[in-house]
Amino acid sequence: MKDAFGAPQSLLVLGGTSEIGLATARRLIARRTRTVWLAGRPSPALTAAADSLRALGADVRTVPFDALDTASHEERLGKIFTEGDIDMVLLAFGVLGDQARDESDPVAAVRVAQTNYTGAVSAGLVCAGALQAQGHGSLVVLSSVAGERARRADFIYGSSKAGLDAFAQGLGDALHGTGVHVMVVRPGFVRSRMTAGLAEAPLATTPEAVAAAIELGLRRRSETVWVPGALRMVMAAVRHVPRPLFRRLPV
Amino acid sequence: MAVETHVLDDDCEALSGWGRTAPALARVRRPRGHAEAVEAVLGCGPRGAVARGLGRAYGDAAQNAGGTVLDMTGLDRILALDTTAGLVVCEAGVSLHRLMEALLPLGWFVPVTPGTRYVTVGGAIAADIHGRNHHGSGSFGRHVTALELLTADGGIRTVLPGTPLFDATTGGLGLTGVILSAALRLLPVETSLMRVETERVPDLDTLMARLTADDHAHRYSAARIDLLARGAATGRSVLTRGDHAPYDALPRHHRARRAPLAFRPVRLPAPPPHVPGGLLGRASVGLFNELWYRTAPRAATGRLQSLPAFFHPLDGVPHWNRIHGREGFLQYRFVVPYGQEETLRRIVRRIADRGCPSFPAVLKRFGAADPGWLSFPLPGWTLALDLPTGLPGLGRFLDALDEEVAGAGGRVHLAEDSRVRPETLAAMYPRLDEFRALRATLDPRSVLTSDLARRLRL
Repeated sequence: MKDAFGAPQSLLVLGGTSEIGLATARRLIARRTRTVWLAGRPSPALTAAADSLRALGADVRTVPFDALDTASHEERLGKIFTEGDIDMVLLAFGVLGDQARDESDPVAAVRVAQTNYTGAVSAGLVCAGALQAQGHGSLVVLSSVAGERARRADFIYGSSKAGLDAFAQGLGDALHGTGVHVMVVRPGFVRSRMTAGLAEAPLATTPEAVAAAIELGLRRRSETVWVPGALRMVMAAVRHVPRPLFRRLPV
Repeated sequence: MAVETHVLDDDCEALSGWGRTAPALARVRRPRGHAEAVEAVLGCGPRGAVARGLGRAYGDAAQNAGGTVLDMTGLDRILALDTTAGLVVCEAGVSLHRLMEALLPLGWFVPVTPGTRYVTVGGAIAADIHGRNHHGSGSFGRHVTALELLTADGGIRTVLPGTPLFDATTGGLGLTGVILSAALRLLPVETSLMRVETERVPDLDTLMARLTADDHAHRYSAARIDLLARGAATGRSVLTRGDHAPYDALPRHHRARRAPLAFRPVRLPAPPPHVPGGLLGRASVGLFNELWYRTAPRAATGRLQSLPAFFHPLDGVPHWNRIHGREGFLQYRFVVPYGQEETLRRIVRRIADRGCPSFPAVLKRFGAADPGWLSFPLPGWTLALDLPTGLPGLGRFLDALDEEVAGAGGRVHLAEDSRVRPETLAAMYPRLDEFRALRATLDPRSVLTSDLARRLRL
């Protein structure tokens, strides 16, 4: 159960090797979290991630999960919920893709869209149903500012996140008043493995900062969280920049 | 396995405690009689059931996510009254307010009342509440002469004081069963007025000395501390003691001489439903506390006050819990045993140094410990303060205070709690294992459960 500050006792991270996911898990373990489920493709990285959280004193279990294999989601994720309440689900999986290559390789581009969007729709619905049955819990969805307005430089990734963002907002409204809380997190450029080697955008942030914002958002039962917070205003302005001008912006 | 989707219907309601934190959805059943209560417990489904009264517990004691909550306010009849012996038998959903309305005109008062009269008798037993008369009268459970308990198997048992089931049920947070009715011993009174003594006390040490010296001379005694005062004024407080005024003590032409047992509580308008959070910061609360201290009489004796004004000043404002905004608030109520005064001083100093925006907190001396296994009171000092959950770092700060309290042999109040770590609990409640063992035999499938029980693994 969550306490008065929204700190969960059990956590399920979908995308168990995600740096933001692990930073959030570390932060929540320091508060109240005792049970962590890491769902991801079995790999040495997933085992290492589980070990690093075990070292902090949590009871960590890994479960095989592939975002692209949507047919298996119901069975795989449903099993986790039968073993006990999950107070918070963090939907943290996603791929950035390689925009330049993906534009000429539709199969690779579709894989980005399927991982980030259809995979998340499937996993999100399965988890939302289970949370609803237990009558409480938070579903935290990692979206991105890239979904707020598509840019020339990453519109394949951006469009997948735009779909996910819209899905999560609608799901949050559908679950309003059911005791289940859906929170959409929109980080800006996050310095991590996924963005290594890319030119840093303004207002860049870190996985730890995103984790701190998630902890705060849980306490406030926020519906939308921007990281850093200033992006809310920046993106409100960017949304209204005319297309001819937006095309020429060096972003 | 297929994930069951929960079909929302009209019975489902998101419930939270008085602190308005951590809401959870439950199917609410409102039994009007014993048969309906039995049916609700037997048919409650895999996530169990718990009874709820008027929702005054601050935390998650009376919520049950995904399960059933029995709204007991439908069981609201006073069944029998013996005005010569001062005994009343009533159903569990009767509120203390209703009891006062019915019994005061007959010259009887409830044996123990907390800071609100909008609690049910069932809730008062399940939380084993205490009042400002704990040093003389003990907790609510001590005045219960029998109760009817609906257990998880659907049976209704009469439970008498002195039995293990009774001691597990008083303070048992509704986890041993659903209390259906209870017999209470009442307190005779001649008037519905209180004779009150008030004095200002400049610091914590003086306050503790004053409380120790002559607490026993009054039936009711508690102090309110300004936890925002620092330096030499740390712990400055207003000490209030009171006794039921006898009829002869009323002045000759006092209007209460004609209607000495009248009970007319005042109700003010409620705050609007959506108050923005963070209004009550250090500056506004500090100003309030300063004015409150300055306007309190330096020393006044023999003032007459009505019962609601003396016991339940906040009940005059319905829904006052909205003032902390949608993020909600919590109550931190702890006790440390006598001999651990240094711990109490250190905690008061830590709270003052941190500048927590708390309205005057209640400090009280408890009497002997009560027999309930999970009852809160033990012989010592108890302090209770309300804090908005939005204060940065408050969670970690209170965890640190928990360590001090547990290290000193003290405890926090479970019915008020919404945040304690399950690991610290065993040190605070030494009879917890007995409680768990009794629950395991009485209710092996954990039919009676609550969010609090899940959070603290009770």
